[in-house]
Amino acid sequence: MTKRTVHFKIYRYDPDKDEKPYMQDISVELEPSDKKLLDALVRLRAKDDSMSFRRSCREGVCGSDAMNINGKNGLACLTDIDSLEQPVTLRPLPGLPVIRDLIVDMTQFFKQYHSIKPYLVNNDPAPERERLQTPEDREELNGLYECILCACCSTSCPSFWWNPDKFVGPAGLLAAYRFLADTRDQDTNARLDNLEDPYRLFRCHSIMNCVDVCPKGLNPTRAIGKIKDMMVRRAV
Amino acid sequence: MNVAKRTFDAVIVGAGGAGLRAALQLSEAGLKTAVLTKVFPTRSHTVAAQGGVAASLGNSTEDNWHWHMYDTVKGSDWLGDQDAIEFMCKKANEVVIELEHYGMPFDRTDNGKIYQRPFGGHSMNYGQAPVMRSCAAADRTGHAMLHALYQRNVRANTQFFVEWMALDLIRDADGDVLGVTAMEMETGEVSIFHAKATVFATGGAGRIYYSSTNAFINTGDGVGMAARAGIPLEDMEFWQFHPTGVAGAGVLITEGVRGEGGILRNASGERFMERYAPNLKDLASRDVVSRAMTTEINEGRGCGPDKDHVLLDITHLSPDTIMKRLPGIREIAIQFAGVDPIKAPIPVVPTCHYQMGGIPTNYKGQVVVPKDGNPNSPVAGFYAAGECACASVHGANRLGTNSLLDLLVFGKSAGETVVEDFQSGQLKLKPLPADAADVSLARLARLDGQTKGESVFDVGLEMRRTMQKHAGVFRFDALLKEGVQKIGEVAERAKRTEISDQSKVWNVARMEALELDNLIEVARATMVSAEARKESRGAHVRDDAPDTPENPNGRDDANWLKHTLWYSEGNRLDYKPVNLKPLSDDVEPIALAKRTY
Repeated sequence: MTKRTVHFKIYRYDPDKDEKPYMQDISVELEPSDKKLLDALVRLRAKDDSMSFRRSCREGVCGSDAMNINGKNGLACLTDIDSLEQPVTLRPLPGLPVIRDLIVDMTQFFKQYHSIKPYLVNNDPAPERERLQTPEDREELNGLYECILCACCSTSCPSFWWNPDKFVGPAGLLAAYRFLADTRDQDTNARLDNLEDPYRLFRCHSIMNCVDVCPKGLNPTRAIGKIKDMMVRRAV
Repeated sequence: MNVAKRTFDAVIVGAGGAGLRAALQLSEAGLKTAVLTKVFPTRSHTVAAQGGVAASLGNSTEDNWHWHMYDTVKGSDWLGDQDAIEFMCKKANEVVIELEHYGMPFDRTDNGKIYQRPFGGHSMNYGQAPVMRSCAAADRTGHAMLHALYQRNVRANTQFFVEWMALDLIRDADGDVLGVTAMEMETGEVSIFHAKATVFATGGAGRIYYSSTNAFINTGDGVGMAARAGIPLEDMEFWQFHPTGVAGAGVLITEGVRGEGGILRNASGERFMERYAPNLKDLASRDVVSRAMTTEINEGRGCGPDKDHVLLDITHLSPDTIMKRLPGIREIAIQFAGVDPIKAPIPVVPTCHYQMGGIPTNYKGQVVVPKDGNPNSPVAGFYAAGECACASVHGANRLGTNSLLDLLVFGKSAGETVVEDFQSGQLKLKPLPADAADVSLARLARLDGQTKGESVFDVGLEMRRTMQKHAGVFRFDALLKEGVQKIGEVAERAKRTEISDQSKVWNVARMEALELDNLIEVARATMVSAEARKESRGAHVRDDAPDTPENPNGRDDANWLKHTLWYSEGNRLDYKPVNLKPLSDDVEPIALAKRTY
């Protein structure tokens, strides 16, 4: 593989010195071993150490390096650099306040995640051994527990953009259904009560942007549909 | 600079598995606790653990903690302390069952129990045959565990300081630990966290090597802070090279792949592990497998145009098993190796993975140092758990699945000890020295004022290349000697790092420069300790300490059955005895023997 150059247009904003954000044109020459967008960004940082973004595991499990890549949310570490049209336009995740460059303030996102009580509730005395769960019941959690809280989904959702303080958003609702679907959890009614509100759950209009961008291939829209089904079943 | 002061009963640095497990203990006991973490808790590197956590639940095959203890001592090449190992293996069922009760989504057996799979070096009946001991949530056990622990902490109302980077340990004239200084990433402001107890759970430093499975954040922050504050580091020459990192990318492929039946093959398609470990074969312990792979490659039997890797083959497994038990591995192989493991084998090489050494602790999680003739004298107010600590349960080589167990058992144990010491009134809020923040402020001022300095990127690269070349899977006397000198030179360069980013807000350059200071301590400790240890043991194998009748596998118990202690100041080395005596009378000491698999 020969050396290749990648051209970027990157959202830059440092509140310490910039009056307002701007788009920076910058290029970087890659080494043959650079395959992912994150590799290119790390290479770029060697050239300009003020270029700021979060990153950690570089293998798509920690959820740090979510950003808006050529108009679509994704993880830099799982995006093939050669698959991207140039200049590669990078922006922070939409709809959240920008702290600096590609780093957003995720407070609102986590607030919504915390609001669904993301922990197992079981008030029976703890048995000496594990609570039993059939493989089939355990399979109900597949596609739910794998969420990495990267926020790609919620920040691609128009309902979350308009009402980030009221609508739980796809990530939080996926987590809510993860506990509703767990046979070991006893808090079903309270969990549904907590979501029975014109905004918290019902602002989802099944636009499915969340499904489209999830780097883990999860389907929050389906989970939201299942919560709605549970509400209906409970009402009749 | 204005330095704010915050006061707590306890401050925990790090919110991975060990930090979160300790935090739970403190929060539930009602201690006013601050958990500092430089990343949001679920981004900590525990999230990347894949294959499972060890516990002798015996859900699928007969098992007991005696067998687990034997395997762990043998795996450690007898460098592990048998009191801590007994403690860990005995506690395993309890801490794993607790996690299940917290909601961790373990896979299940047909009768609804926690699913367990075989793993390297874990055996039944003292080495006879593989045992199913690794409790797993598909191949995402670390992710499932870290999220369950975080969620339980949400329930317990634990107070987190997210994206705060700890800078330096605060000790007073008595050597007691009084807290840490830390910088808030968003503002660049430095605060003092003054506490009765300080718990380090900062993880490993695998980023000292060029090729590593570790995350960017694994920069040995706690280990570096401890070393700079005069705490010795234990057994830092022992680094685990995981047999199966994706060739060229370094990303981890779990040993669980071999647990599910995966086979390592060389260029001629031979299952070469049969020659190196006739009994456990591909499930021999990691140091053994990594050396076998390296030997295959060095002797020209590697795969690919450059003969620089071997192949991990699961094409004989049913697609159904792969999709169900190894779905994350399939994603990783497609993403980072460009192969679908259902159809083609995965190219792999031994890759730096885990730091067996660290901050010396006892099984209670207290940090211990030599003092007044006692090699294990507790440092008042200081505790550590997880990869940054050395209890020592892994000795010279860790078994797969024992790291997640380590962080649960010793995270909990450290938490319990803090709570006991707090409730007994033993922990005091000692007055802060007037210069408590001076070291940190001087480091920051030096960095901000540096001109004509060195690039953090270049110095870091030189460190990683030096470690890779001079302290790899096989070690050579001449290379180690040269390595000591070279890493010393790199350390000098690191004192003059310069950054151009001067922003107060989320300054990644500043963070990386401070992280490099920590990595450098770890790199120096590793090289100096490795050069000095003139034997082969576990993951530390030297050319001049070969397998002989007097010294089986090159291990020299007469001279080297002892823990290394490295002091940053003056690169000084000291040693302390290995504890060969178990904690209780429930078990006889595991007698020294030659390791074969």
